[in-house]
Amino acid sequence: MRTILQGSLLPPPPIKLSHSSLLFSPSHSHSNLKFTSKSSPSPPTITMASIKVHGVPMSTATMRVLAALYEKDLDFELIPVDMRAGAHKQEPFVSLNPFGQIPALQDGDLTLFESRAITEYIADEYSEKGEKLMCPGCNKVKAITKVWLNVEGQQFDPIASKIAFERIFKGMFGMTTDPAAVQELEGKLVRVLDIYEARLSKSEFLACDCFTLADLHHLPVIHYLMGTDSKTLFESRPKVAEWVKKITARPAWAKVVDLQKQ
Amino acid sequence: MAGIKVHGVPISTTTMRVLATLYEKGLDFELVPVDMKGGAHKQEPLISLNPFGQIPALLDGDLTLFESRAITEYIAEEYSDKGEKLLCQGCKKLKAITKVWLQVEGQQFDPIASKLAYERVFKGMLGMTTDPAAAEELEAKLVKVLDIYEARLSKSPFLAGDCFTLADLHHLPIIYYLMGTESKKLFESRPKVSEWIKKITARPAWVKVLNLQKK
Repeated sequence: MRTILQGSLLPPPPIKLSHSSLLFSPSHSHSNLKFTSKSSPSPPTITMASIKVHGVPMSTATMRVLAALYEKDLDFELIPVDMRAGAHKQEPFVSLNPFGQIPALQDGDLTLFESRAITEYIADEYSEKGEKLMCPGCNKVKAITKVWLNVEGQQFDPIASKIAFERIFKGMFGMTTDPAAVQELEGKLVRVLDIYEARLSKSEFLACDCFTLADLHHLPVIHYLMGTDSKTLFESRPKVAEWVKKITARPAWAKVVDLQKQ
Repeated sequence: MAGIKVHGVPISTTTMRVLATLYEKGLDFELVPVDMKGGAHKQEPLISLNPFGQIPALLDGDLTLFESRAITEYIAEEYSDKGEKLLCQGCKKLKAITKVWLQVEGQQFDPIASKLAYERVFKGMLGMTTDPAAAEELEAKLVKVLDIYEARLSKSPFLAGDCFTLADLHHLPIIYYLMGTESKKLFESRPKVSEWIKKITARPAWVKVLNLQKK
């Protein structure tokens, strides 16, 4: 059921949307996948998680959000988006994210998009639950985390995600890798990774001595690149390699990767 | 000796982002110029402040920060009681929505708009010429973003909500440069966007940043 107010189209209240697609929509090709972080011995019931993620397990941006939810041990529902059919560019999804990109997250009546805004919201709102995802301490300590959050978003990701696109996602869409583009991008990435090597020689994780969102945000793209020839860039830098091993070994990350196998 | 030092130059968009925030907060600071032409940003001592070799860097006591958007957020939080509020006050919902639009600027707007500013403004300063095809392609992408802004600003006076926040401020430097080029028509042709730009560029703190360029 859709509530249409004059001049604006509002996304349906979250519970009704998932309820109706679960029970009433014959064209819905995927069942809504409900995940609880803890194993539950009780008989299956239709419970409505207050957190809903609209996305798909192979999307790097969705994975970023799922990792944060698993770190925090939060119950959530993953609502698949039919990317091939272009569902992300149409209603009802564009009412959740006008930029037509996954993921979007609903928590009660709050709707968010941009994976890095979502993870920060999760880390703040649920700071008492599960793993800490921000460096504990005063504003000055928090500020260093903000620096490395921005480094991931502004220095690492623009290059690394293009390499992942060339090496992996193009293949999935029937296109071929452009070796010259890859070479140029790798030339840029190594300069960033040299800086990471120096940083990780002074600090166990990027922001401080504890794992934070600044590390977590790298996981999806690094995961993909480590399955390609580009892995040599990471493996040849000892501190970076050690850091990659540590962060990819986290149980929460293993759960995200498991979702891809389902 | 001001407690806060900014290493940068007044024409740099990223430096301007930080300066705007400092002026909004009414904070004293020292602007330490960096000889960009001489490549000072790629060498010591600046490289110890920012290993990525970019301006600005900020020092506050024994804290050293880089990445303009990390710096502005630090200023907004550390000095939240001073000067203008730069984050929506209140509940988790408002803070979360501000985070969304902060990311929109950094991930959707800036990658396109800063390349367009490079084509139309900075290339000329560096003795190169604008590539019209590149500018046209970038403008085609930017209008799709601006259409979303137009819809957003029809529902809300500022991007995050009813108050001016960092999410608006972060746009100022690039918009300022683009409004001095033919790309301004993209903004002027969208009434809500246009109104928003007039509001945010009229802020006294922003005027002070521009005055620095005239010195």
